[in-house]
Amino acid sequence: MDAHSGKSSLSLVPKDNCAVSGAVQANRSANDGAADSASPILPGAPRLVELFADFRDGGTVGFALSQVPAGGSVLWVQERMAALETGRPFGRAFERFGGDPEQLVLACSRNAADLLWAMEEGLRCSSLSAIIGEVYGDPRALDFTATKRLAMRAERQGVHIFLIRFQGSATLSAARQRWNIRSLPSAPHPYDDRAPGTPRWHAELFRGRGMRPGIWEASYDRAAHRLDLVPPLRHPEVDQEDGQGDIGARAANS
Amino acid sequence: MTSGREPQTASDTALVLAREGTHGPVIHDVNRVAAGLGMQPGARVTDMRTLVPDLQVEDAVPEIDAADLAMLMHWSRRWCPWSQTDGDAGLLLDSTGSAHLHGGEVALIRDIARAFGRLGLTAHIAIAPTIGSAWALARHSGQRLTLCSDDVVMEQLAPLPVAALRLDGATTLLLGRLGLKTIGSLAEVPREAMVRRFRKIDVLSANPVLRLDQATGRQKELLVSEEIIPPLRAVRKMAEPLGDLAGLSQALRDLASDLCAIMEARDNGARALRFTAYRVDGVVLSAEARTSRASRDAVHLANLFDGLLDRLDPGFGVEAAALETIDHEVLGGAQDDLHQQRRDTMAFARLIDRLVARLGIGSVLKPVMRGSHIPERAEELLPAAAQGEADKNPGHRPLDTPLKLLATPEQTDVIHAVPDGPPARFRWRHQLHDIARSQGPERIAPEWWREKSQTRLRDYYRVEDSEGRRYWLYREGLLGDGRGDNPRWYVHGLDA
Repeated sequence: MDAHSGKSSLSLVPKDNCAVSGAVQANRSANDGAADSASPILPGAPRLVELFADFRDGGTVGFALSQVPAGGSVLWVQERMAALETGRPFGRAFERFGGDPEQLVLACSRNAADLLWAMEEGLRCSSLSAIIGEVYGDPRALDFTATKRLAMRAERQGVHIFLIRFQGSATLSAARQRWNIRSLPSAPHPYDDRAPGTPRWHAELFRGRGMRPGIWEASYDRAAHRLDLVPPLRHPEVDQEDGQGDIGARAANS
Repeated sequence: MTSGREPQTASDTALVLAREGTHGPVIHDVNRVAAGLGMQPGARVTDMRTLVPDLQVEDAVPEIDAADLAMLMHWSRRWCPWSQTDGDAGLLLDSTGSAHLHGGEVALIRDIARAFGRLGLTAHIAIAPTIGSAWALARHSGQRLTLCSDDVVMEQLAPLPVAALRLDGATTLLLGRLGLKTIGSLAEVPREAMVRRFRKIDVLSANPVLRLDQATGRQKELLVSEEIIPPLRAVRKMAEPLGDLAGLSQALRDLASDLCAIMEARDNGARALRFTAYRVDGVVLSAEARTSRASRDAVHLANLFDGLLDRLDPGFGVEAAALETIDHEVLGGAQDDLHQQRRDTMAFARLIDRLVARLGIGSVLKPVMRGSHIPERAEELLPAAAQGEADKNPGHRPLDTPLKLLATPEQTDVIHAVPDGPPARFRWRHQLHDIARSQGPERIAPEWWREKSQTRLRDYYRVEDSEGRRYWLYREGLLGDGRGDNPRWYVHGLDA
């Protein structure tokens, strides 16, 4: 479980932060040999990651939390508008993503300047393992300089920073990874056909340092506390067949 | 030494303070006019009203009197360092060794009387070798100011009534029946007989022998002075007035290291600090900061003032600055263990301090579990610096709670596929969501011991719309539960 969580796994990750897994190899034929066949391993080295999302979609938070080292302390900074639009974090659900509610501190800031200050202040603390910031829209204070400061300090301190931007536009930024995240219909529930199952995300990396941009389907493995990225099946018919086959297999099992 | 407050009203009307007795209000205290009319504390107000129809009666507030007296006790330390309150209306000062600073005992007693007079208080003051004799002379000598030297204690005490020995009513009555009305007559009784008569009584106020010994100095009596803990303080005077904030923050950093050295010598750590800057034009600027746990880390303490210093206006310059603790605690030295565990918790506490200093105490929160099934009550967000206690027995919730809760549940319109079945479609913030999958209901009954009887139950559904976004909806109430009209639907949380 810990092999994938945080700084301890750093040495295992190759320098280009890419690895080719067996599952990906198998999917390569369906993928027309696309360039993004190699999936990045998440979480990589601690760095500033920007996640763009719709405010109606709570899934982005799960995508960020699944990359936080298990049991580490988390500083969660919310801008006032983001807190009003998308709600406050609910500690009990943290355990689902390998977190500990006891280790969570929530800071509410009035504006983006305070939010950036609080995140930078968090970077000075040696015991944090991740900082999650939520911003609504495109505040003026969140410019290239501010993100550059965060990015450089995060790398020096070894703290993951996830800057979640609701309704944001991809303005100039120094974030080392920039993702577009939206929820996908969840995986089938093992016991109930009509119930939502474990979450899946459509993750589009549109800018990354040392990584090739691409589109993946992400899913969270709770037992291993690991985020799995799989290239999507491009062909809709193949996609459909796969889905039906899945249901058929489940029906045979039950 | 005793003092009684001079009446604020016209001095020719009788005024009494009343408190609740067992059979209606009784007199707590009287002013001089009322005392002249023969009124005494303990008499019933109705009886006194019949004697004096235009009697003014006001409620007594003993707590405020006690607080005032304590304040006066500290105030009177200008004459001598040890002081103590004595009963409801007395102060004890230990003037040993400090009378000569005020020009001798005569000058001291006059000075005290003058100072109390300026406050509007009539003080009866006595300076005597023992606490007992001073108490007796101040209250029963009939003079405002009494001086008593070592060799004349017995002569001065002799004509006073035995009640002046701080004896209770029953003992005074007993001595009166024995024919011992004054202290002098009591002292003339052979000591052996007195000791034999009262040998079994331990209570001081019922034992005239012990009280007499205390008054004459045969038995020691101590004055227990309450100690004021002085604030720890570091002051720096500038060579030249500082006009810029950079200089001021450097001064603060220097002061913080000075103060930390002082605190280290005393094994103390600061919980609250005040930074004061004295401007050349006489204006005093100040800023305060608090810590969530005792600390004496100079850099950390200086950092707490980061956002606060900007609000101070140095004007023409700051000529002196001081940093003092408003509140401090004992903080022993601590050693890092092998895993640096202690350092990590300290670092986390410091982070909270710095965030609180800038964002305010209500903006830095921590989830605290409570014993409840209603989601918003099961987990409260409380200030992280206050360290709220979690309930011993937090209610168990399944893990599939949503990641985020809306501050207030938002009402939605819901369309059902079948009546009373799971929702099929809902409108949230002007947009329709088709529900693809849903799970529920999870029924949470209202907490009848906390809420009104009209509160309705909640049926929670975890739903996923056609695009895969997950929400937590609930229906409030059931059709025909007798607690309102049609059930309403709310969006309560967003989930991943």
